[in-house]
Amino acid sequence: MSPPDSPTQLELSLPKLAGRRLPRFAVIQFPGSNCDQDCVRALRDDCGYAAEYVWHQESSLAGFDAMVVPGGFSYGDYLRCGAMARHSPVMRAVSEAAASGVPVIGICNGFQILCEAGLLPGALIRNRSLHFVCAPVTLRVESVESLFTSQCYAGQLLTLPVAHGEGCFHADPDTLRTLEENHQVLLRYVDPLTGESTEASNPNGSVSNIAGICNAERNVFGLMPHPDRATHARLGSEDGKMIFAAMAEHVAGVAAKR
Amino acid sequence: MKVRVTVMPKAAVLDPQGVAIRNTLHHLGLPGAHAVRAGKVMEIELDPTSEDRPALEAKLRELCRDFLSNPVIEDFQLEIVD
Repeated sequence: MSPPDSPTQLELSLPKLAGRRLPRFAVIQFPGSNCDQDCVRALRDDCGYAAEYVWHQESSLAGFDAMVVPGGFSYGDYLRCGAMARHSPVMRAVSEAAASGVPVIGICNGFQILCEAGLLPGALIRNRSLHFVCAPVTLRVESVESLFTSQCYAGQLLTLPVAHGEGCFHADPDTLRTLEENHQVLLRYVDPLTGESTEASNPNGSVSNIAGICNAERNVFGLMPHPDRATHARLGSEDGKMIFAAMAEHVAGVAAKR
Repeated sequence: MKVRVTVMPKAAVLDPQGVAIRNTLHHLGLPGAHAVRAGKVMEIELDPTSEDRPALEAKLRELCRDFLSNPVIEDFQLEIVD
């Protein structure tokens, strides 16, 4: 499927991208993925990029500029969330792409898969409340030094929805210290009014209210909230676009240097 | 040949499931239950193999570490049942 003919709002607002080849996103599909269509629709229709499904049995991701590991319940969340998916053939290609500097974003179940695959430190465990949480949350941008948050300003508050039962981020104290020292925590759950990270604003019990982290190289990002479900005013927020736009800008910059 | 793998959350990891079970035990008349940890047990039945025992055990250990448990949050125990 080709991208929409008419320029989208984002293309109009981002003249720097005009005239260049559209960034091409791979959206990985596992058995049990359920946000793959949200991601492709958000990327194509709301952001105006090229996006294609890639089945988990594929072993090559050649020709793609960026990877999305979408949300859902890959393999029914059997054994542990993401434990089966991380052994899929396509994950080897995702790891290779990540190692070569390609932007990789894991959303919700995708975050769990990237942690299981060792592309991100830590793990996601059952929500402290044991309840599945499904609600918009407020996030504070903790660092703009990444391929994902470069379009935001430091301290900016974003509204994105969460929908998960196992989104409580866990890491041992040493890992946590490293994450904080390197500014790898990109998003934190905060109070919408004060912008402070409080216990009440933490939907799942994550350590230090962590909602999203990147790797040390800053090209792999995992987050529990869904930017893919916040790309149109009709969805209640367009803040998710900023994250995809940052990835696209990076890709365009890389292409321009070639 | 039968192998039993027990996977438990690490002591330092929050186990809300265990806490919920403990609270229900209190309601059901066991007020002395002060801690519950919930893990999982997997039983694997294996065909007889030509591999020697140490090599097989090493392979099983590797799979326990890389697949059946997540060392970030869990510990495992491997037991050859028969």
